[in-house]
Amino acid sequence: MTSQDTLDALIACPHCDTLHRAEVLPDGATAACQRCHAVLLTAQPQAMARVISLALTAFVLMLAAISFPFLDLDVAGNHNATSVINAIMAFNTGLAFPLAILVALFIIILPLLRLGAIIYALGPLARGGRPHSGAKAAFGLAEALRPWAMGEIFMVGVTVALIKVAGLATVTVGPAFWAFAGLVVITVLKDQMMNRYAIWEALDNG
Amino acid sequence: MGSTGQRLTTAREAGYVACRRCGQVHDCGAKTCKRCHGRLRSRDEQSLQKVWAWLIAGIITFIPANLYPMLKTSTLVDKSESTILGGVVELVHHDNYGIAAIVFVASILIPVGKFIAITYLALSVQLRSEINMHNRHKLYDIVEFIGRWSMIDVFVVAILSALVQLNTVATVNPGIAAVSFALSVIFTMLSAQSFDARLIWDADRTPA
Repeated sequence: MTSQDTLDALIACPHCDTLHRAEVLPDGATAACQRCHAVLLTAQPQAMARVISLALTAFVLMLAAISFPFLDLDVAGNHNATSVINAIMAFNTGLAFPLAILVALFIIILPLLRLGAIIYALGPLARGGRPHSGAKAAFGLAEALRPWAMGEIFMVGVTVALIKVAGLATVTVGPAFWAFAGLVVITVLKDQMMNRYAIWEALDNG
Repeated sequence: MGSTGQRLTTAREAGYVACRRCGQVHDCGAKTCKRCHGRLRSRDEQSLQKVWAWLIAGIITFIPANLYPMLKTSTLVDKSESTILGGVVELVHHDNYGIAAIVFVASILIPVGKFIAITYLALSVQLRSEINMHNRHKLYDIVEFIGRWSMIDVFVVAILSALVQLNTVATVNPGIAAVSFALSVIFTMLSAQSFDARLIWDADRTPA
């Protein structure tokens, strides 16, 4: 058996299993794997508070994006206003029903769940306190959900759809559209700022 | 920091097992990570089996996704159904080259490229290839990053069919291809996630 201190001083690259000695980095520095160049550690003391504030912002924007009208279509006096929920319910007929569930998961339920998990896991840490019980499970969940929260892809899809109908109708974008657009930007910023290894360490030491 | 010079040691060579979620290193007997409580496995022995299974499912569902209509459009004068490729051709006819390119890349190039890339990665690991490790790792990163973007077309169909519901003037409804296309994307994402990238780097090492 190797002593626990020796093991704790090491970090293994999750991508290629190469062992490295983990050292305390100067602020703003980044450490990458020597073999496959994956980022292993970053030192950003303010990151935790920023991640939390971005996550809270995203949560509020998400609620706005769901409840306000998203797009409004006008052809020769015929109006059709659509919310994000409508977009999902478009699939509620017949065989396409499973698709409605999938789209709901990808653009609303999983992103909300992920935000909630991040806020629950990191909230106390940002205030300098001890993590909640179950914080590790919550953060593990947030990490597992990362590829399945597809807000940014949905926005590109919306852009494509708008250009497709632009020829035959006048489309007005509603407040929810801008909320969703802001949400995407904030989510990307937040994910870039999150250093998972530093967070695991903080959750462990808290 | 350079990759030349001294030989790098993997956790497995050193007799350790590393947690993929948090990087914590353990003695090789450990089963769960003491830091994040994740499951520890030096290598995922079933990785390739899962990769192939999901990949085959993805390829199978990709076929109906291209043969059946993605969108059913009906207007006052006519009814039309368009497949994925048909939708791209239509966009080109309306001189929307940029959008046509986005849809073509997301719905055809990326899925097909992923099938080829995953097949190549899985085969190269199975044959214990020692060439191009860096490039193969990069290829894996790209496949993992880009796969979800294929969902664009499913969302386009969702928005169009929600938006264009103007009783008699024009309606757009989703076709069955939208379901099989979504499934195909999900299956290939699962295939890419099942791939244990550490296997790429094992070829020139002897297991401890």
